Amino acid sequence: MNFAQRMSLATDNPVDALVRFEDVKKSYDGINFVVKDLNLDVFRGEFLTMLGPSGSGKTTTLMMLGGFEQPTLGHILLDGKPVERLPPEKRNIGFVFQNYALFPHMTVAENVAFPLRYRGITGAAAKEKVRQALGRVSLDALGDRRPAQLSGGQQQRVALARTLVFEPSLVLMDEPLGALDKQLRERMQIEIKQLQTSLGITMVYVTHDQSEALTMSDRIAVFHDGRIQQLADPKTLYDEPSNRFVASFIGENNTMPCTLLGREGGVAIARMADGTTLKAAGANVSGTGANISVSVRPENISLAGKGVRAGLNRFSGKARDVFFLGDHMRLSVEAFGGQLVTARIPARQARHFALGEDVVLECGISECRLLEA
Amino acid sequence: MTVAEIDRVNIFMAVRRAERPARRAALSLALPLIVFLVVAFVAPILYLLVTAVGNPETREVLPRTLEALQNWDGASTPDEPVYAALAADLKVAKDNSTAALLGKRLNYEISGMRSRVLATARMVEKLDTGPYKEKFLALNQDWGSPETWAIIKRNGGSLTPYYMLTALDLKQAPNGSVERVQGDQAIFLDVLGRTLFVAGLVTLFTLILGYPVAYVLTIAPKAIAGIMMLMVLLPLWTSLLVRTTAWVVLLQSDGIINDVLMALHLTGERVQLIFTRVGTVIAMTHIQLPFTILPIYSVMRSIPTTQLRAARSLGAPPSSAFWRIYAPQTLPGVVAGCLMTFILSLGYYITPALVGGPRDQMVSNFISTYINRDLNWGLAAGLGVVLLVVTLAIYLLFLRLVGADKIKLG
Repeated sequence: MNFAQRMSLATDNPVDALVRFEDVKKSYDGINFVVKDLNLDVFRGEFLTMLGPSGSGKTTTLMMLGGFEQPTLGHILLDGKPVERLPPEKRNIGFVFQNYALFPHMTVAENVAFPLRYRGITGAAAKEKVRQALGRVSLDALGDRRPAQLSGGQQQRVALARTLVFEPSLVLMDEPLGALDKQLRERMQIEIKQLQTSLGITMVYVTHDQSEALTMSDRIAVFHDGRIQQLADPKTLYDEPSNRFVASFIGENNTMPCTLLGREGGVAIARMADGTTLKAAGANVSGTGANISVSVRPENISLAGKGVRAGLNRFSGKARDVFFLGDHMRLSVEAFGGQLVTARIPARQARHFALGEDVVLECGISECRLLEA
Repeated sequence: MTVAEIDRVNIFMAVRRAERPARRAALSLALPLIVFLVVAFVAPILYLLVTAVGNPETREVLPRTLEALQNWDGASTPDEPVYAALAADLKVAKDNSTAALLGKRLNYEISGMRSRVLATARMVEKLDTGPYKEKFLALNQDWGSPETWAIIKRNGGSLTPYYMLTALDLKQAPNGSVERVQGDQAIFLDVLGRTLFVAGLVTLFTLILGYPVAYVLTIAPKAIAGIMMLMVLLPLWTSLLVRTTAWVVLLQSDGIINDVLMALHLTGERVQLIFTRVGTVIAMTHIQLPFTILPIYSVMRSIPTTQLRAARSLGAPPSSAFWRIYAPQTLPGVVAGCLMTFILSLGYYITPALVGGPRDQMVSNFISTYINRDLNWGLAAGLGVVLLVVTLAIYLLFLRLVGADKIKLG
């Protein structure tokens, strides 16, 4: 049973949280809060990613869970018990660090055996566990090497094996793939995800790479400015961002300032800077606040077809930048009195656009979202 | 050679030719330093090594005597020709004022020889003809002793083991066998042992005091670490003499340290700190601290903080994480720092001279005494060679024990 199935079964009988953050606040200087009012449940067996730019509070949150930082206020519950005062070595949480933190003066096998000695596992039993752990990450033959003799990807696997060898109920990862090149990173993403699913481990993963988060996660918590901006599964996060930060942080988005004129049925009428109107899917934007915008992804904007169809917004502008990128074409159009709008045109529709040429574009109303900052 | 082999040689030559300008440029950049090192470092050390075994005095001043002694049996009193040759040599020596030099050299091995040679030289100046033997014996009957002549003959060679043996508390008996010096003559092994002991003690104390400081430096916030670093470095920028003199002021019987001890009623009477081993070790430890701290600090700074965190997360309690993960990784810095302090301490001179008592003088103080006061450059060089060999031996021992790649000085 994978996580999604379990979630669907759990409507009546709520999935119990392995980790619970209760009103957690963290400040280093007593003035600025790095983490503000964090409330978050991590479910058993879940792959939860904390995604955000640097300084958003995600790593601090992870360090608090790992026991390396203490919350200034609030509680962290692990398996229902508060752990704020528990030192890291008593939490039985696996932690994979950014640069692996392998011990350079020990061999790979000694590194992997390290956590076992503190759990009373020695001798042949320890050897067997080390062998299994290294086998799980396909490093059987490299037990006698030193970490410095391994490639980045192999070091990453050793770090994984060392964490998994003592079978922790929870594994935390702090940007573990940051130092790898793109190809290797993508392969490791899949491997880590497969290990997590097959072993049924709960994982909390920190990254600033949105595509990594989308690939691996069951749920993603988007951090910004010390708060969770949105907590949702990848698809919801992508299709229905709850505010402008999430919309622009995950994937690409055209954000166009507007004012709210009113609502017709479930559809909002927005007036753009030049007075034209666009219809946008509801969202729960209240009032006519000044700081709202219409947000639409480039792949949802296309060249206008013949005839007017219902359910579409249509607007015109002047071509500014055109890039042909093989499978698609990026067309930037100046519309709504100076706003640059980028469209992603499929290659088969691509044609030559002269600079300043009048272009008519359209996008689905349901794909235009009204967002607050 | 086959054609392929010839080609390979040609290519090798071409590579050498092509690289030659770059090699020359590199060499010319390093040339000033190489010249400086040869002139100011290598040459003096070679001179020192030669001086420690050089033996020019007897050879230059008594050439005729040595020739006359060629056929001497070594056991009886020599015959008249030897005394005549000595008289001729001493006449020349008196004219060239080299008699004192010879006297000083022979005096190292036969006490009273200096005044005997000078008196004899004055005597032979007034004699025109022989026979000389009775007159020599009349002046000083030791001229009849075969031992005197044996030692003169032994020093006819251009090299002597005398200084090296003396520096190791050994001596060569007139019959040539090497034996240990007895009683209060045997001082140098004692001094060497004392030097090693004090250097070891200072190294140990700088490590005990410096290691935690180096650690705090690596984890302290930048502003505080900056101030601490300044405090570590400040003594390095102060003259050694000034710092030592400051310790003289602090350690003296009516100095601040004693005032504080008295005020705290820790002692009933003033403690003798100045001119003692304790004072010497305290002052040297203070002066050497930066040399131990800096290499350790530089190694500690390169250890990521995640190392300790990883150990903790894997289940190691703080002390275990420190000893099993952190400490082994600081070893290269510890070895480098300790080696530096130990070797520098072996050569300490000013501090023991000013803060230590007569029983706390190190090898360097003796070298200095022999050069400045006794003008015995040979023995000074002999002690220098012993110190050099001991230092190199310890250095090589460390290399063997921990491996050259494990020592990080910077």
